[in-house]
Amino acid sequence: MPETITERGSRSGAEAASGPRTDPGAAGPAPAQEAAFEAKIAADERIEPRDWMPDAYRATLVRQIAQHAHSEIIGMQPEANWLTRAPSLRRKAILLAKVQDEAGHGLYLYSAAETLGTGRDELLDKLHAGRQKYSSIFNYPTLTWADVGAIGWLVDGAAIINQVPLCRCSYGPYARAMVRICKEESFHQRQGYELLHTLAHGTPEQHAMAQDAVDRWWWPSLMMFGPPDDESAHSAQSMAWKIKRHSNDELRQRFVDICVPQAEILGLALPDPDLKWNEERGQHDFGAIDWAEFKEVLRGNGPCNDQRLDRRRRAHEDGAWVREAAAAYAAKRALGAAGPGEAA
Amino acid sequence: MSTAPDPAAPAAPAAALALGDDALVLSHRLTEWTGHAPVLEEEVALANIALDLLGQARTLLSLVGDEDELAFRREERAFRNVQLVEQPNGDFARTIARQLYFSVYQELLYGQLAAGAGGEPAGALAPLAAKAVKEVAYHRDHAEQWTLRLGDGTGTSHARMQAGLDALWRYTGELFRPVEGLALDWAGLAAAWRETVGGVLERATLTLPEGPRGTGWSAGAGREGVHTEPFGLMLAEMQHLHRSHPGATW
Repeated sequence: MPETITERGSRSGAEAASGPRTDPGAAGPAPAQEAAFEAKIAADERIEPRDWMPDAYRATLVRQIAQHAHSEIIGMQPEANWLTRAPSLRRKAILLAKVQDEAGHGLYLYSAAETLGTGRDELLDKLHAGRQKYSSIFNYPTLTWADVGAIGWLVDGAAIINQVPLCRCSYGPYARAMVRICKEESFHQRQGYELLHTLAHGTPEQHAMAQDAVDRWWWPSLMMFGPPDDESAHSAQSMAWKIKRHSNDELRQRFVDICVPQAEILGLALPDPDLKWNEERGQHDFGAIDWAEFKEVLRGNGPCNDQRLDRRRRAHEDGAWVREAAAAYAAKRALGAAGPGEAA
Repeated sequence: MSTAPDPAAPAAPAAALALGDDALVLSHRLTEWTGHAPVLEEEVALANIALDLLGQARTLLSLVGDEDELAFRREERAFRNVQLVEQPNGDFARTIARQLYFSVYQELLYGQLAAGAGGEPAGALAPLAAKAVKEVAYHRDHAEQWTLRLGDGTGTSHARMQAGLDALWRYTGELFRPVEGLALDWAGLAAAWRETVGGVLERATLTLPEGPRGTGWSAGAGREGVHTEPFGLMLAEMQHLHRSHPGATW
């Protein structure tokens, strides 16, 4: 579940260098290749892995897909925090299925990145070294069971709004991965909404728990759409390449307009005194977002940045011997299959 | 809820409770891996096995009563699972050893139940067993594949896998104590289990552990509600939220 945009400058050169050379042996692209690429984009056709593409296009995609993949796997942590305490077996099964989907999304997305020449190991190393980002939303803690509902309703809801346009992204493997991911995200969003609805209509303690969760997750969810359009570093180029289809502010507005009536049905208040319908615009006005907080969390100073990354690194390090064993076993089998007189 | 088995309770619920608790508890342990698995594919696989087991548990416990009452409101001494499934995850090798031991057992057991063995009271379990045996065959295969990789992988993985198998061996004797209400060929089950597990370990260059399990002193009175210390902590975590809001709907 990515922000479609980050505040960071592009590191296109370094990342592109690790992929297959887009234009081997030449100093610059042949004009015919570049023209063919531009024509495909203009005609809304898909760019496929074997097609020529500009280095910067490749690098932008790798950065975005990696960030999305990392978000899926880091995003498992705040929910796993409540898996072992889920208050009914039905809820436990639903949450477990959801977290499993997220691992699956990570797999599709790392595979999509691989089609651009950058393998999963390399991307994980960058994540663990703090050189690639994941969605900042996961640097907030899940303090109560209701947070599981708020993540589903708001965080997955925001992610869907960000991601549905990506199903039409110009890069084929990413667009196709997103079709499947969006279907599952839609289930995630509904389970969160239904969970919150149950709490909001439950005991007074449950209602309070639900309201508290919405109070804490509302603003960070609005930040998931990335900085305002005039401060968004990558937007213009990504829009031109049809990787991105709508501006951050446009998507954020859509999200607010969808959430307001849903909150009413839930019987929960959105924590924004400035939130009101604007007849003239036909949209809701909403209060100012605290971008200083957004930047702090991006910088690594959110409540859980260290915890999330530490846990991820530790899982990776603790699992190294297992991955080595699997590789050694596979190598022995390959050798056995190739060697004379070896039993299969 | 009473902590002692009710002598008047019909046999099928007693068996459903025992097998349901096995599935519930092992599912919970596997869930604890979420976010910690050694490789992303294993996040998916372990969650998948946990989900299958949770589904089995819900079906089985519902034959006995309200699934949530049973899962969240019983005390430790009222659980009827074998001690094997409550053992902490340890490292990945130990988790795989636990899964191999248990999945081979469960596959054989469900296979017999699905085929209509077990006598009259077991009949209620046959539909579940017929569906679950297919899931369990996958769990067994997954455990088997990892046992081979770890056993015949590196020196480290071999040592860890053998250590996991050795540490859990004492809990395997209990698997073949007759479950109340299930008139199965338990000795035959034990022999088939030993042959299957032994075969996998041999191919994995590992050794079938020795030491007490079926004779003399051996751990294992889970079916009577006697559990090991880590189980109470597991339940405390699992039950705390549900118990904190008596009467609430989730």
